[in-house]
Amino acid sequence: MTAAFRIMRQRFSWTVSKNYMQRSAETTGPAASETLVKIRDLHFARGERVIFDGVDLDIPRGRLTAIMGPSGTGKTTLLRLIGGQLTPDRGSIEVDGLQVQELGRKALYDLRRRMGMLFQSGALLTDLNVFDNVAFPLREHTNLPEAMIRDLVLMKLQAVGLRGARDLQPSELSGGMARRVALARAIALDPMMIMYDEPFTGQDPISMGALVQLIRLLNDALGLTSIIVSHDVQETAAISDYVYVISQGKVIGQGSPEALGNSDSALVKQFMQGLPDGPVPFHYPARDYMEDLLNA
Amino acid sequence: MKQSKTTELMVGMLIAAGLAALFVLAMKVSNLSSYSEQSSYNVIARFENVGGLKVRSPVMAGGVLVGRVAGIDYDNDRYEAVVTMKVNQSYDRFPDDTVASIYTAGLLGEQYVALDPGGSEDFLVDGSEIEFTSSALVLEKLVGKFLLNSAESGKK
Amino acid sequence: MLDWIRGLGRGGFRFFETLGRANLFALKTLVGIPAVLVRPRLLVAQLFSVGVLSLPIIILSGVFVGMVLALQGYNTLVDFGAEESLGVVVALSIVRELGPVVTGLLFAGRAGSALTAEIGLMKATEQLAGMEMMAVDPIHRVIAPRFLAGFISMPLLAAIFAALGIYGGYFVGVGLLGVDEGAYWSQMQSQVDLYDDVYNGVIKSLVFGLVVTWIAVFEGYDTVPTSEGVSRSTTRTVVYSAFAVLGLDFVLTALMFGA
Repeated sequence: MTAAFRIMRQRFSWTVSKNYMQRSAETTGPAASETLVKIRDLHFARGERVIFDGVDLDIPRGRLTAIMGPSGTGKTTLLRLIGGQLTPDRGSIEVDGLQVQELGRKALYDLRRRMGMLFQSGALLTDLNVFDNVAFPLREHTNLPEAMIRDLVLMKLQAVGLRGARDLQPSELSGGMARRVALARAIALDPMMIMYDEPFTGQDPISMGALVQLIRLLNDALGLTSIIVSHDVQETAAISDYVYVISQGKVIGQGSPEALGNSDSALVKQFMQGLPDGPVPFHYPARDYMEDLLNA
Repeated sequence: MKQSKTTELMVGMLIAAGLAALFVLAMKVSNLSSYSEQSSYNVIARFENVGGLKVRSPVMAGGVLVGRVAGIDYDNDRYEAVVTMKVNQSYDRFPDDTVASIYTAGLLGEQYVALDPGGSEDFLVDGSEIEFTSSALVLEKLVGKFLLNSAESGKK
Repeated sequence: MLDWIRGLGRGGFRFFETLGRANLFALKTLVGIPAVLVRPRLLVAQLFSVGVLSLPIIILSGVFVGMVLALQGYNTLVDFGAEESLGVVVALSIVRELGPVVTGLLFAGRAGSALTAEIGLMKATEQLAGMEMMAVDPIHRVIAPRFLAGFISMPLLAAIFAALGIYGGYFVGVGLLGVDEGAYWSQMQSQVDLYDDVYNGVIKSLVFGLVVTWIAVFEGYDTVPTSEGVSRSTTRTVVYSAFAVLGLDFVLTALMFGA
């Protein structure tokens, strides 16, 4: 068993670096190898409501990129567009050289195997325990023997510090633990990138700290590309390499966290510093206050 | 993804119970026995009127079920109903002068064909025709008329 | 007035749109069924939660419906001196009508609502979306086994209901009211036809199982992913299933026995 484990661990670290190199070699131009996700002129509307109105984004490989913006700017929608769960009205989304919106079902599913996504709620399968949840993608997509699956699952659980919780049901986990289990599941197939949907909301400081550290650590240790969608400015800015700020369907600011903090755009400033009033007004549009009161 | 033994056991029991129930419905509740693959032979009989006789109505002899009606047709030339009966092969000694009559089981029951054996030495075989028949409605017409008449005379 | 007509039009549009989605969904589910047959474990788990867990209510109502039928039938038949036909009355009403219909209604209430709620909650908690992002098609992995389990369970449950109902009637009629035992069974056997009655009853239960399960999984999959949406979908499952069972029962009865 120990021997098998050692081999597994070796194999594991090998596959990561090997895949990483392979992928770099596969892609064509020098720019493409640097950029994993390339979004151009993205338009998307839900019914009457325009969510994206010409968004351009580049997510560099191996880096941790944050996409921030006020609530309701469609950050989650953006992740779903990248994952091919939604189709843009116009524009292109290129992931690892593939046009996501044009992929057939088979190709799309192949691509998704190389992506991990961490949902806001964790999205653990409620009828399976922690172990089986992490084993789920392995069992669905590989024919590995049960002993090997067990080793792999325990390794992933060890990475998120929950190896001891393998027999718990999802309902017995705290929110932060559920997210860590989901993270273990997301890296089960050694993906090339992980998308985090609001990973920090509703966490107590301790599990928040654990998650922040874990996301950065996994990104560097596994050579992942990470995309974090969040409106928790402090935590996200602390670990990300590059930040995009989206508001009202457009990218309103981008750059390193430090650069954005000193941005001269009023809107970016308001968002990054959390000011109650500014370009996004505190008051919902209404007629004049005095007039409203007197005309009762 | 371990599946507990009890789950599998219970599902097995559900399926077994369901099949057993279907078996009960087929064997104990319905007339499956008459569908069993017993070999049979066909005889036909012509009636002026078959009344409410239906396909699969019973064919009885001496009150015992010996076969089923297999088909009811109308002969366009002779203006008669033609009834095809499947009679079990084990009852192959019906004389060829057997009389086929259509009776009603009980006052409101369903109609059936009764076979009354005659005295001939020759037996009915597959495809034979029973020559002596008595129709269903003749009797009923008479009874109906009688009842109607007596009712009318009773009113007056 | 114009608004009213427009509302009618919009309602019609939405209705047909939903119907179209439901059909497309059924098609996708059917495509996923072979994948389930390769992995019978998924099916067994669902047969347990859909079939076995519905069993107690089916057993209980089967026995009681049979007993009540015997009691009611006896009181009517005895006036005509025809209590010998009690077996026929009980068996025909159960095998032809009550078995499939009552089982269908109970099945919708017990298993259908549970299916909708379960799938709806999986959608609301992003489990279905999560599966999709793990490159696992939730229609194949989640919907198809449940659909198949419902389709298989329903006729089995209906048969159990019918058999127990007839024995319930036997218990009351023969055991308590003193109908002749031989008459109870033999009259039944001479009057209940395997093809006309038993087969048609089974076909009814198959159709009801198909429709109820379809409604249940579709309502769950199509739910608005909030707790309010799930509760609404669950209610809709029960109401639509009841409508479908009763309406289809009329149509099927007319086709089978009406001609």
